[in-house]
Amino acid sequence: MSAPSSAPASGLAQIGKSVFIKGELSGSEDLYLDGQVEGSIALKGNSLTVGPNGQVKASVEAKGVVVQGKLEGNVQASDRVELRKSAVVTGDISTQRISIEEGAYLKGKVDIHRTDIK
Amino acid sequence: MSSVSQTFMKFFRGSSGPETIPAQGSQKLTRRSSGLGELARSWETAEGLCVLDLGSTSPTNIRHFTERGHRIYSEDLLTASTDPELPTTDEQGNAVLDSRKFLADNLVYPAAHFDVVLCWNLPDYLDESLVKPVVGRLWSVLKPGGMLLAFFHTRDAGPDSPCHRFHIVGPDTLEMQKIELRRDARRSGTAPSAIADGFQLQRVFNNRHIENLFRDFASIKFFLARDNIREVLVVR
Repeated sequence: MSAPSSAPASGLAQIGKSVFIKGELSGSEDLYLDGQVEGSIALKGNSLTVGPNGQVKASVEAKGVVVQGKLEGNVQASDRVELRKSAVVTGDISTQRISIEEGAYLKGKVDIHRTDIK
Repeated sequence: MSSVSQTFMKFFRGSSGPETIPAQGSQKLTRRSSGLGELARSWETAEGLCVLDLGSTSPTNIRHFTERGHRIYSEDLLTASTDPELPTTDEQGNAVLDSRKFLADNLVYPAAHFDVVLCWNLPDYLDESLVKPVVGRLWSVLKPGGMLLAFFHTRDAGPDSPCHRFHIVGPDTLEMQKIELRRDARRSGTAPSAIADGFQLQRVFNNRHIENLFRDFASIKFFLARDNIREVLVVR
């Protein structure tokens, strides 16, 4: 499984920094979010990247989550979570793997759930 | 709740103290900690502990606990105390921080939720008006028998008393890193000017102060270190 990229790649769905969305956001492709979202984000099987300008107040459910900006809400990732050094996260994180860069801020719980490999 | 007269108190002159060898960065020091060593036995032998780290977010500590199957909560109370909405005045007109608002926004957990609380040097640097309310809240969120580790300066060494964050790098070894105020607090201009260059030591607690502070806890144990730090391990 490859780690989700932190930079917006070509072909990747993007929400620019001038965009504000309020409500439920769901999809079946990877998403780069550099704007504001309030509500909930569901990208089951896909990855969410919150860019450096991104401001998210939402519960997040995705395969992978990379945070460079601000995220307020609980995060449930079936694969991994990456908090980059500029990340400011308030909420509980539940994931299989997590990496946190020096300088990242987290207020909340980290719960690692492991899937047994047979 | 037990009174302080019922507490079990011991003094140890252990080998805690800083090593002179700097760790990775120039501002990092490694330090042996007898209090941590004793506390670590609980998380090395038990499973599924609930740990609250009140220092700056530490990837090292998060990894340390999650690798062992424990749940860790991270909450940086010093940074939270710089909230610009907290300053107010008390009945005498003294400038204080609003402890009620502070506890409405922070340390919001069910009663008896945590097995371990890592307080580090928080009481030494936290505003006076928040110290007792915070310790009271910590008592309530700790499980009976749960343990709390805190560090206190034994004297004010002025500029030599910088506020540190602590990373667990061994069973009884910590890496200390000088705290710089968070960039976002600086950026938004919310930080009071007095802490713009970091947090200042607010006071020096003596043994009696510390006993009073934790008087509702069941026991308290002191570890004296060579670097003018008194480590305190309390049990609820």
